[in-house]
Amino acid sequence: MAAAARFTVVGGGLAGLMTTIKLAEAGHQVDVLSVVPVKRSHSVCAQGGINGAVNTKGEGDHPDIHVMDTLRGGDFLAEQVSVKGMCYAAPGVIYMLDRMGVTFNRTSEGLLDFRRFGGTLHHRTAFAGATTGQQLLYALDEQVRRYEAEGKVTKYEFWEWLGTVKDESGRCIGSVALDLRTMEIRTFPAEAVCLATGGPGIVFGRSTNSIINTGTAAGRAYLEGAIYANGEFIQVHPTSIPGEDKLRLMSESVRGEGGRVWVPRKKADPRSPKDIPESERWYFLEEKYPKYKNLVPRDVATREIFTVCRDLGLGIGGRDGVYLDVTHIPAKTLDAKIKGVMEIYEKFVGDDPRNTPMVIFPGMHYSMGGLYVSFEADPRTLTPAEGSPKNQATNIPGLYAAGEADYAFHGANRLGANSLLSCIYSGMIGGPAMAAYAKNNAQSAAAKSDKYFNDAKKYWDERFADLKKMSGPENPYQIAKELGDVMTENCTVVRYNDRLKKTIEKVRELKDRWKNVNVLDTGNVANRSLSYTNQVWNMLELGEVIATSALLRDESRGAHYKPDFSLPEPKTKDPREDAGWMELWKKRHEKWAKTTMAKHAPEGPQISYEDVPTPVLAPEPRWYA
Amino acid sequence: MDTAQPSSVSSQTITFRIWRQDGPGGESHYDEFRIPYHKGANVVSCLMEIQRNPVTVQGKKVAPVVWDAACLEEVCGSCAMNINGRVRMACSALIDKLEQPITLEPLKKFPVIRDLTVNRDRMFEALKRVKAWIPVDGTHNLGPGPRQSPKDHATMYVLSTCITCGSCLEACPQVTLDNHFVGAAAISQARLFNMNPTGKLNAEERTRALMGPGGVQDCGKAQNCVKVCPKEIPLTSSIAAMNREVTKLVIKDLFFKDEESKGHSGPG
Repeated sequence: MAAAARFTVVGGGLAGLMTTIKLAEAGHQVDVLSVVPVKRSHSVCAQGGINGAVNTKGEGDHPDIHVMDTLRGGDFLAEQVSVKGMCYAAPGVIYMLDRMGVTFNRTSEGLLDFRRFGGTLHHRTAFAGATTGQQLLYALDEQVRRYEAEGKVTKYEFWEWLGTVKDESGRCIGSVALDLRTMEIRTFPAEAVCLATGGPGIVFGRSTNSIINTGTAAGRAYLEGAIYANGEFIQVHPTSIPGEDKLRLMSESVRGEGGRVWVPRKKADPRSPKDIPESERWYFLEEKYPKYKNLVPRDVATREIFTVCRDLGLGIGGRDGVYLDVTHIPAKTLDAKIKGVMEIYEKFVGDDPRNTPMVIFPGMHYSMGGLYVSFEADPRTLTPAEGSPKNQATNIPGLYAAGEADYAFHGANRLGANSLLSCIYSGMIGGPAMAAYAKNNAQSAAAKSDKYFNDAKKYWDERFADLKKMSGPENPYQIAKELGDVMTENCTVVRYNDRLKKTIEKVRELKDRWKNVNVLDTGNVANRSLSYTNQVWNMLELGEVIATSALLRDESRGAHYKPDFSLPEPKTKDPREDAGWMELWKKRHEKWAKTTMAKHAPEGPQISYEDVPTPVLAPEPRWYA
Repeated sequence: MDTAQPSSVSSQTITFRIWRQDGPGGESHYDEFRIPYHKGANVVSCLMEIQRNPVTVQGKKVAPVVWDAACLEEVCGSCAMNINGRVRMACSALIDKLEQPITLEPLKKFPVIRDLTVNRDRMFEALKRVKAWIPVDGTHNLGPGPRQSPKDHATMYVLSTCITCGSCLEACPQVTLDNHFVGAAAISQARLFNMNPTGKLNAEERTRALMGPGGVQDCGKAQNCVKVCPKEIPLTSSIAAMNREVTKLVIKDLFFKDEESKGHSGPG
């Protein structure tokens, strides 16, 4: 093939834009498909920051410690080679963003400032106020706009990816997509396609995600044969603000800056928080985790808050909610460091957190699982080999995945401020991998017979014509809501097998009911309920994968917590000193230190397991006390 | 979920009057919907409720309302619309603070695509016009950027929070459906990149892009933009700053043509 080739990147968040930049920078043409203008992608929501072990505070931080924190935080399910590559690239990624004009906070000397985040003891997180995701996304958006102005990138905004175009060998040679404004369906030939479509938050109904994060593209890729890995690992953010339309994130940086989590010691204490004296408050995280205190990793904080509210009945007013208190911090400090977060609470709840403790509760936040992707290790460095076509590749040749849509970087639990990094890093290695793949292919996708493209378009034209005729009694939005309710109730913080089985039954019932939906809208312009009806099916498929993967994993690990299959508490503070416990841990670890691999079949997800290679760091028990 | 942030349903109802338009340039009318009141509800949660049961007060089944939304946290910039005649973000419009019936209409300064969703491409085109980016020399590892004082950072940070929602254009008397005034958002972005230590190197290019028709001099100083900006960006200061830059450049062009032709050969 010629030196310059045409690629498609689906999704315009951090991962998609970084992939695009890498391809455009190498001289290629890129079509970017996105359901919203890329500047409105969900990456914009991340508040806290981006990790990189630069050691500017003289704490002896090092990428190796970042690797260890990440692998340990993910309870040794993360893909180790990619994690090492990511942590070593991190300082360079932050510097690159700095050069692109990200308004990172500064020290008095004018250098980049770093803060502390959950799951680490180092100042490792670069941040731009409380809107780091927004600033990072904008920086990449601006670079892509520059390439767009130069004619290297073509943006297709308000376009939805429907599925792949495959040749006779099963190789992905392009995509079919839908213009959400004109409802036109067309194909996009590409040497390789990258799905950087984010997570499946909306499968859980209300979550901290944007409402565009339905997971529909990943769900469809799974239907077409892509393996969906570690679907059960769903991070519930310990501190979100419950709302009618969604859960709003309360960044971990609030605790990083000294926010304290507490409940009244007395059940359903009717007093206002300010009237409750210090001695009658229970700072349960500080008491139980004297070393990390309020900065224990997310799964630990989430479960503790959940236990306090649900098992002990000590939630505020006897309901779901605990205080996140910053009233002891001077308002000036809060405004300097986390003003954006303060404003979100003030705006959407109506109380000023500078004077009144905030009320928060865990909310669905992030999917560690996603499309299975591979990596090729450079044997010398044990990081992804530069320019290997295997990096970020799904099991469908020519189809790549990056960002939250892939499964690789976070294992059983994601550390705060690692997601922005993993999105950018996966794009940085995914773009060159796609280019290398295209270069190695004997025949260019562009030279493939029109037949493949015509057939794929015909399939989707017919499918949408059929969808449009659907006029049963069911409402697709109602089906999605019921899916979300059952997933949130049974598939987030605490998991029991009987409830997971019921969840799968419910999903199957919803699938049956979906066949009787009314598509609600027969318009030919911006017919959102038509596209949504199609998405709901993909969401149901993902819901089934997530619940089935959770049902079959009989252990507790990271964000996946099953009380019926948990190890007992070790007898010593450091579990490694409890020989009996270590025996139990080893046995469990040998059985379950595996990647869950879900493959689609008409009768339901087929689950198998793959060992997690550990060339970088040997697994050990995870403890934070 | 029984949460401490109360979300109880009461016997009250909320009434909406919503602008309906089937397509660009199509016929329009209002549909009226009545839905149960939830404490803590906002305009978006109500639109979602209507989606699940799109039936008007007259009992007529209609297509669900089409509107743009994504993050619901006032940071993606999607859901700007006219609510009771005033432009604002639908996600942060709390029902308790709105007079009923609540009237929802699309932005008027952008072409309607359908119902409440409009085409705001002109805003992104304006960002291209002013070259709102830092032209970095590639994404390879070239070390950190130049130092910045915390003071400069503070100014730039505020400017960098613009969400391209279009509120400033909507409120601006100088912006019309058929003219090409770049609007406050893009002018403010030009200021942001001209302030950046690396962006400064191309400041003149950006300033030049703001000269002439559709540029900063089309601003009529009505100051509406700054009043409606959901991110409280000092847009009028940005316009004033860029106005000064443009004026300086005009003078420079008049008197210093020779200097310009020497190019960038450096001092000496």
